[in-house]
Amino acid sequence: MPVSLSDPDIYAYSPYNNRPKITWPNGARVAFWVAPNIEFYETHPPPNPVRQDMSRPAPDVMFYAHRDYGNRVGVWRMMEAMDRYGVRGSVSLNVAVCDHHPEIIEACVERDWELFSHGVYNTRYQYGMSEAHHRELIEDVIETIKKASGQKLAGWLSPALSNTEQTLDLLAEYDVLYTCDLFHDDQPQPVKVKKNKLISIPYSLEMNDIVVYHQINSSPPHQYTEVIKRQFDQLYEEGAENGTVMCIPLHPFLVGQPHRVGPFAEALEYITSHDDVWVTTGREIAEYYFEHHYDNVVAAQSATAGE
Amino acid sequence: MSVTDDYMKYPIRGYGMDHDRYDWDIMFRRKPVKWPNDARVALWITPLLQWFPMDMETKPVAAPGGFNRPYPDYRNYSHRDYSLRVGIFRFFKLFDDLGIKASAAMNSAVGERYPVVVDEINKRDWEVIAHGVHMGCMHYGGMDEKLEADRVKECTESLRKTTGQPIRGWMSIGKSESDNTPDLMAANGVEYHCDWANDDMPYPFRTKNGDLIAMPHTVEIDDRAVLLGFHHREQEFVQQIKDQFDVLYAESEQYGGRIMSINLHPWVMGHPYRIIYLKEALQYILGHDGVWSATGAEILDAFKAQA
Repeated sequence: MPVSLSDPDIYAYSPYNNRPKITWPNGARVAFWVAPNIEFYETHPPPNPVRQDMSRPAPDVMFYAHRDYGNRVGVWRMMEAMDRYGVRGSVSLNVAVCDHHPEIIEACVERDWELFSHGVYNTRYQYGMSEAHHRELIEDVIETIKKASGQKLAGWLSPALSNTEQTLDLLAEYDVLYTCDLFHDDQPQPVKVKKNKLISIPYSLEMNDIVVYHQINSSPPHQYTEVIKRQFDQLYEEGAENGTVMCIPLHPFLVGQPHRVGPFAEALEYITSHDDVWVTTGREIAEYYFEHHYDNVVAAQSATAGE
Repeated sequence: MSVTDDYMKYPIRGYGMDHDRYDWDIMFRRKPVKWPNDARVALWITPLLQWFPMDMETKPVAAPGGFNRPYPDYRNYSHRDYSLRVGIFRFFKLFDDLGIKASAAMNSAVGERYPVVVDEINKRDWEVIAHGVHMGCMHYGGMDEKLEADRVKECTESLRKTTGQPIRGWMSIGKSESDNTPDLMAANGVEYHCDWANDDMPYPFRTKNGDLIAMPHTVEIDDRAVLLGFHHREQEFVQQIKDQFDVLYAESEQYGGRIMSINLHPWVMGHPYRIIYLKEALQYILGHDGVWSATGAEILDAFKAQA
């Protein structure tokens, strides 16, 4: 698809009030999924021409150690809270964790959690990668996840949301089902790719713990509970007419802190105590959508566009 | 701009950490720690006693609470100086009333310039932790090695002289280090540091000059970070302290002794309208059985005494 500097032209316009009806299994109104980001940051990462995450010259101990907390402590608290409410994670995984901390992967696999790609390290971005590099990256991730869990890679969230113009086409070529890099919708959406098929599934900036705690309003933990509940309420109401998706992306080094995990668990309890909620994974949403809805949606979008 | 083939190489991708300072480890899988008298939570409060010279360096790294306004910056200088004239005395009174013994992290310049404060600390048997020379003397990656060695030596020697204390702990300003800082700590007789916020319990930390213990000093339960950084309200900070404590206290039932670290700046929390909230939070904690108000050195010794 043609890519211009101003408009990525990677999806068709589709007005929210006029779409084919999406239904979820057993008449559920909302497909609810939780995406913990399990990450590994390098103490001395190589420079990238486009992006630099750490504000201090390496070693940025404050930055690094805070994130290391996630693997040593935070992820275990977060898992315990999710276990309590029967919520499986769809892990946005830096696959180097399979090498550095296999115990975490073991715990995920034990729980039947999905592992999807968040690149190799969170300190290595897709910016500036050639097509060959990008293919190497995708192949590495597919292979590593397969080896660590037996799972076939289904989803992709680019590290630091760093894309190249080729990312989406390459993902589709390698039979990846869904991308989490797009924030334009509350339902899955077809993505325009050269070969095969790809969809976006609603991941989230607004419900993302790092965005809520550190960015938009730098919210205190109980406010995160509030925004999650209100997001759910609205998507649940709308889902009666046309099925919606709600995702809570997490970072264990933040949500797994003692003062944050309780209010977060309260939000999980609220959501899972409702009927007609499909508590699921990214892969399951993608597979269901491809099987039941993708063709109708594409046809409707073509008709609207007059193509 | 593109990346080179080297960007796709991962020389430290393997089991464990990407450095040799400490071992990869999962906090919840360690042998439970027993505190003296079967205490459940050690309450470790660290007031920071800091001197912010008007002409302080703020590059390449600025101290938290540092400033860089046109000279002469009476406004900021005097605002921070409130700490040592007024704020700290509110802390002394409150902590005396509540039976709390704190660990004061002190710039060595404070030890030299404010002998009255040093006296008051020693009268109460509070511990003094080394906290750099002054707030313009940061430690950071790539800094001149001799300059850094001189700073660590000056800070520890001066504090030992002005306070008469052994100075067993070190807290880098803003948790900012170079690759050499821990080695210099050990070379100057320091036994523990507060710099790596990646755990809720102490763990062994390697240096070229012998092992230190990494103590779990907080980045999150910090008045400056929460009130000034995130702009949370005082009531919200109190709630976070309570929630933090509740989770640690509950965990101690199954997982052994825990540590509640609270980091305070008298120029933040020592104001009349805020000290009242601090009192509420501390009274809440101390209203529980099994809370042990301890200094870093006392916690260190209890940790080292584990069988």
